[in-house]
Amino acid sequence: MEQLYTKTSPQCKLVTASEETVRFLLDYSKSLSIVEADGMTIENNLN
Amino acid sequence: MELQIDDSALVQDYISGDERALETLIHRHNQRITSFIYSKVMDRDAAEDIFQDTFIKVIKTLKKGNYSEEGKFLPWVMRIAHNLIIDYFRKNKRMPKFEGGEDFNIFSVIGDDRPNIERQLIKDQIDSDLNLLIDELPDDQREVLIMRIYKDMSFKEISESTGVSINTALGRMRYALINLRKIIQKNNIVLTNY
Repeated sequence: MEQLYTKTSPQCKLVTASEETVRFLLDYSKSLSIVEADGMTIENNLN
Repeated sequence: MELQIDDSALVQDYISGDERALETLIHRHNQRITSFIYSKVMDRDAAEDIFQDTFIKVIKTLKKGNYSEEGKFLPWVMRIAHNLIIDYFRKNKRMPKFEGGEDFNIFSVIGDDRPNIERQLIKDQIDSDLNLLIDELPDDQREVLIMRIYKDMSFKEISESTGVSINTALGRMRYALINLRKIIQKNNIVLTNY
């Protein structure tokens, strides 16, 4: 069992989301405006 | 030494309107979250989509003011990602498979500067066999084992991410190891580098 812990390198690949996706999320965040009025939530995407 | 602002402060900054705080949070956790998603779906494009959907949910929740600082930011995001992964499999009606492809090759060579090719081949075989063995475990045990061994998450983080107590996570890890031993013994598998 010890071998299972210590002698095996991670098989899972380390990956990151692309810079394009990150940029999209940041732009999405900047453009998203959420307004609450009369108990209603309104989402505005101001592109 | 550079001081790192903790996640909860960044979340508060973001809620207060500081968009740069979100950028920091995304960059800080990008690799961990994407790798977690990828380890489940084994598809680069799907992982990217789920990562994007995860943060869209995060952004909406934070902007709506629905985020409660009960848990930590990362486990919360991991839970959202976890739920979206389940949705992905429900939608596609298929289970994750380990198979060759452009993004993942089960026989891929792990970076290693040791010159001995024979030992490298043995090591690859062990890794590959181990993956197949882990695949035989029940879902809950496999999930905990992968988070602990491959993702190096603490049991506290695992419990927060999976929504179970630390004791349950510990128990699942214990049974995962017991079951792995059983599978190894039953099939007379030898996992050794020597």
